[in-house]
Amino acid sequence: MNETVSRADFFTPSIAKRMAYVGVLAYLVYAAATLGLSFARVQQGIGHGVRFLAGFFPPNFTQTDILPGLLESLQIALLSSLIGTALAIPIAVLSARNLMPPWVSWIARLIIIFCRSFHPVIVAIIAVKAVGFGALAGIIALTFASVGFVGKLLAEAIEEISLKQIEAIRATGASFMSVIAYGVAPQVMNRFIGFVAYETDSNLRNSTMVGVVGAGGIGGTLFSAFQRFDYDFVAGIIICIIGLVMIGEVLQIYVKRVFR
Amino acid sequence: MSATVSADPASATAELNRWIRFTPVQRLARFAVFFVMAAAIGWALKTIEVIPEFLYDAPEQVVDMGRRMWPIDWAHFWPVVWPALVETMHIAAMATILGLLMGIPVGFLAAKNATPFLWVNVIAKFILVATRSISTLIWALFFVAMFGPGPLAGALAIAFHSIGFIGKMFSEGVEEANKGSIEALQAAGATRMQQILMGYSPMVLPTFWSVALFRWDINVRESVVLGLVGAGGIGMALNAAIDLIQWDRVSLVLFTIFIVVILIETIVTQIRKRVI
Repeated sequence: MNETVSRADFFTPSIAKRMAYVGVLAYLVYAAATLGLSFARVQQGIGHGVRFLAGFFPPNFTQTDILPGLLESLQIALLSSLIGTALAIPIAVLSARNLMPPWVSWIARLIIIFCRSFHPVIVAIIAVKAVGFGALAGIIALTFASVGFVGKLLAEAIEEISLKQIEAIRATGASFMSVIAYGVAPQVMNRFIGFVAYETDSNLRNSTMVGVVGAGGIGGTLFSAFQRFDYDFVAGIIICIIGLVMIGEVLQIYVKRVFR
Repeated sequence: MSATVSADPASATAELNRWIRFTPVQRLARFAVFFVMAAAIGWALKTIEVIPEFLYDAPEQVVDMGRRMWPIDWAHFWPVVWPALVETMHIAAMATILGLLMGIPVGFLAAKNATPFLWVNVIAKFILVATRSISTLIWALFFVAMFGPGPLAGALAIAFHSIGFIGKMFSEGVEEANKGSIEALQAAGATRMQQILMGYSPMVLPTFWSVALFRWDINVRESVVLGLVGAGGIGMALNAAIDLIQWDRVSLVLFTIFIVVILIETIVTQIRKRVI
């Protein structure tokens, strides 16, 4: 076996690698051309950008609709995480292939795939059409996303558990619910808490965004400030959003630590 | 687990051996988390503004919408949806490449072992968090204001938003790198740049590919929404169809997105299984 030779030429690119680099470069040029990227445009854009950023200073926090908007975003994030997780648990159990017959798991899997494939904002547009403007549409949109996310990860976690414990509990004559409660839940609990914490964090981010399409939260305030060129107010809102998201991220880390 | 020392040694060991799962501090922390969560949810339920009539009305509205969405207007696909879809794929690919180009250097700067200057780490980490916190739509609003509506703004928006994710995953990959070979390079007198190119980069190459693929997958999904603020892609087709109340075309666009997203996810999982 003379395979040690390959270690020596790790850094000298092979022909295939060089071709790949050239391919990526060619694609970049082609894509830049289709996107209409040109030097003059970049130069002009940077000029616009500087003026735009200058409009941001000093950030304006004084208008009264920041706080209600942020609180509404927070409400949307909390409620959609709660409802989404509550719906995701049964769907995840149903879609685990080691617990369910194939036809059940396929149906549950389809639901999860369906929920996952649409961006929350797209779902929010549809939800706004269905239930009108306001926080309810945002909750529905983010609940969809939560079901997809928690459902997928939890189903994967359940599929990885050790079946010996399940067998042991079944051998005592336990009912299905008991198997879930004493055989499955203890094995996936830690990871489940991690998923939910992450999901709440991600819902918080997205809840500041769904307002752009009228589904409640700070996003609507932000979008309307943008449209009336009220840039110092925009800067204020963005700083508040970053603050909220950062607090969420820190809290998520602490909660995970408590439950480790 | 405070065992009181009693005169009888047997009962003392029994007391010591009694297993308690959590320390009092842990129990208190858990209780606090549950309490805060319950309080927050209670507060949210109590104060949220939901118009009940809208809620009761929802099933009827959804059924009505579903009826208008059927049958799907397939004839609309080739003239409008297909070009928009190609544009979306360009946006996603460009944004992933740009995001990698910008995110990887920041990731190296944020990794404590590759960049042993604390203030550089802090600044780089701040860049990572800040770019991630501003959502794609807000970035898109910026770049639309800078470069005008169109796919360029969209590609830049997603690229900037992905800096945070790429950089974070990358700096974690770098921090997990094996010290031994770096020390060997240092002993041989390698400069910092040489250490990164010859020491870290081969070790983080798998991270690079998995991050690139994963982010590409996310970016395709993200690029779908850009059209809402005029930043190009299939979202423009969706937005136009919604504004014109052409629900049979809306369902066509949604169906296309669904298929594309599933296809890409399948491709990514297959590549991951085979290569990484």
